[in-house]
Amino acid sequence: MDSEITSQQPKTSQVETKPKLNPNNRSFKLQAKNVDVFYDDFQAIKDISLDIVENSITAFIGPSGCGKSTFLRLFNRMNDNIDGFQMNGEIRIDNKNIYDESIKVEELRKRVGMVFQKPNPFPKSIYENVAYGLRIQGVKDEDYIENRVIESLKQATLYSEIEDSLDKQALALSGGQQQRLCIARALAVKPSVILMDEPTSALDPISSGKIEDLIHELKKEFTIVIVTHNMQQAARVSDNTAFLYMGNLVEYGDTQKIFTNPKKDRTQNYITGRFG
Amino acid sequence: MNIKEKIIEKVLALCALITILTTVGIIGVLLVEAVGFFREVSIIDFLTGTEWTPLFADKNYGILPLVSGTLLTTFIAIGVALPVGLTIAIYLNEYAPKRFKKVLKPLLEVLAVVPTVVYGFFALMIVTPFLKLFITDLSGFNALSPGIVMGIMIIPFVSSLSEDALAAVPDSLRQASYGMGSTRFQTAFRVMVPAASSGIMVSIILALSRAIGETMIVAIAAGQTPVFTFDPTVPIETITAYIVKVSSGDVPQGTVAYQTIFAAGITLFVVTFILNNISFWIKNRYQEKYE
Amino acid sequence: MGIIASISGIVVLAIFIGFVIYMGIQRLSWDFIVQLPSRFAEESGIYTAWMGTVWIMVFTTLISFPLGVGAGIYLEEYARQNRWSMFLEINISNLASVPSIIYGLLGLGVFVRMMQMGNSILAGALTLSLLILPIIIVSTREAIKAVPSSIRDASNALGASKWQTIWHQILPASFGGILTGVILALSRAIGETAPLIVVGALVYVPFAPQNPLDEFTVLPVQIYNWVSRPQEEFIINAAAAIIVLLGITFIMNGIAVYLRNKWQSKMEW
Repeated sequence: MDSEITSQQPKTSQVETKPKLNPNNRSFKLQAKNVDVFYDDFQAIKDISLDIVENSITAFIGPSGCGKSTFLRLFNRMNDNIDGFQMNGEIRIDNKNIYDESIKVEELRKRVGMVFQKPNPFPKSIYENVAYGLRIQGVKDEDYIENRVIESLKQATLYSEIEDSLDKQALALSGGQQQRLCIARALAVKPSVILMDEPTSALDPISSGKIEDLIHELKKEFTIVIVTHNMQQAARVSDNTAFLYMGNLVEYGDTQKIFTNPKKDRTQNYITGRFG
Repeated sequence: MNIKEKIIEKVLALCALITILTTVGIIGVLLVEAVGFFREVSIIDFLTGTEWTPLFADKNYGILPLVSGTLLTTFIAIGVALPVGLTIAIYLNEYAPKRFKKVLKPLLEVLAVVPTVVYGFFALMIVTPFLKLFITDLSGFNALSPGIVMGIMIIPFVSSLSEDALAAVPDSLRQASYGMGSTRFQTAFRVMVPAASSGIMVSIILALSRAIGETMIVAIAAGQTPVFTFDPTVPIETITAYIVKVSSGDVPQGTVAYQTIFAAGITLFVVTFILNNISFWIKNRYQEKYE
Repeated sequence: MGIIASISGIVVLAIFIGFVIYMGIQRLSWDFIVQLPSRFAEESGIYTAWMGTVWIMVFTTLISFPLGVGAGIYLEEYARQNRWSMFLEINISNLASVPSIIYGLLGLGVFVRMMQMGNSILAGALTLSLLILPIIIVSTREAIKAVPSSIRDASNALGASKWQTIWHQILPASFGGILTGVILALSRAIGETAPLIVVGALVYVPFAPQNPLDEFTVLPVQIYNWVSRPQEEFIINAAAAIIVLLGITFIMNGIAVYLRNKWQSKMEW
């Protein structure tokens, strides 16, 4: 079974960008151009190019080990510290190559927030968790910080639940609350892009649902890229979907189309659950 | 901002560099003084002479009496620590109930935190008088009593390292042994101990190195008489005790007598250095085996 | 048989300690704590000795704590996995098993003679600092390793610089573990005798030290001094001083174990 699949390597991983990905001629927020990623001798990403439009939600799907997380982490350079990491090609945000020498990684990450697979609040109070991003930027104005903390918590639909206990330890919150706290933490520094790496995989269905609703809300202000292994989730929340397999971009396009009428057999097989 | 980060990294690197400087300093200090010493004394005489009298009018610089004293106390200590420590390790790993283990391990560690000068007092004031009840011609200073006390001190050393080694043996091996109808005892001694032998070797070698370098117990209870002997009942002197003896007095810098402590020190350093590196070597090979 | 072996060492130690207490308790009094040493055993106290110990420990802490933690952070967070860091690591574990008296010779050669500090508190504290540095480095690294990498990722993803992440997240989260290691290392230093004798602590010090360049003696050296005298009265003094030294050592270890347990239960996120 498996060998049959691997034997059908796609001839090309280049996928043309359809105009319908960009219906209102909005500018491209994120762009990948001929990106290869290597970990020492292992090639994790093979010549991927793709464009993501502003204020949209894009889902990366694919079996584990397909490179979707690696690909996501290229957009805030979280792979940089991994031993043996090497990259060719360009990643552009607002038409600027973020791997250019003039780019400071810290500055980049202030503009590109990230939410992780497992909720990872700092072992501090709820308030300090959200304030952290501002504090490390050197913001001293406590009134401003307090405003941002409350605003971000509201935006992450967490505020009403914890209003009276901002001084409580973040680790005392439930898993779903912790994850929304992590989202609030990312929002506090006013990023324009939010990367989410399987943000609900460690949560129960109800908490997951809340996060999905939240993601939908956030789309108005942010460009969101989400990695998920949950096909229904991708279908529910995203505008566009990219299917990755063994480091190749197999198919990329409108989510509706991908899930109802995929062009490639491999995509069809994957979304119908025949492998992966 | 970036400059601040760079400076911090450099400062931290400097902290780490101190450890290298320490090693360089140790080797440098020992070498410089020892070279001065070996200009006066031939290295052959030093390594083969059986008389050590650098502070007397009739000077002899043969290190063998100090070496024999060191080896004697060391082997007595290992003779105590190895069987007891190994038994404890096997017991903790194969027999002991979890609760008991949780109490016992920190208690054993207490043995290792008692200052050595206190152990020296024990050896001189308690163990020697006690042993005299059985060995009537035991001298007030001797190798036996400090050797035994040193052995007690390094029990937790042997037991914890050996226990780690036993715990690293895959459980499948134990299951296989039980599956063939072996008893607990057979499993422990025929399967587990041989499988963990390299780790146990490491614990023995490190214990050896520890015992050779131990100072206060022997300085207090073994005597300060360098004689070339392997009789555990008479006063002897170890390398470490000799260094303490000379340091306690006021020996002027630059004299051969002053340099002797560095010559003795470099001997000690070389021996422990070799032992430590043998243990590294075994440890590395042994870790590869299970990966 | 396993049980017998397991508790034999502890039982023997308990007997030893009981003996020392029996022997020394009669001498233990307020006067013993506040009196200066004297030629006459009955009038001798440990005032200069424990004052020396306090001075030495303060300076040893001031020197070894930042150096050890700094080196630990460097090795765990900055050093790349290459031959150089391998060499550093092997070197540190080698230093950890160098006999303490060798550190005494190092201190004698470098601090006392070369840098002309004489038999001073500073020379003694520097020597002990180098001696316990490997212990502090190793425990710092263990404590940092125990901080989950998700914390580091979260901080980095918010645009924190490396040092900001270390300072605001890693160090607070690992502080309990680091502190435990430092206290254990210091409790080792407090009982060290041989290296301090070699750097010259075995001198008659009539007064408590006033500044870091003064000559000094410490409790364990005072004990050695008394043990090596033939008169019974001095031996009793030694026993009394041992009670004090053991008390301090056990209390420090108790604190360390308590902190470790507290920290370990906190570390289960």
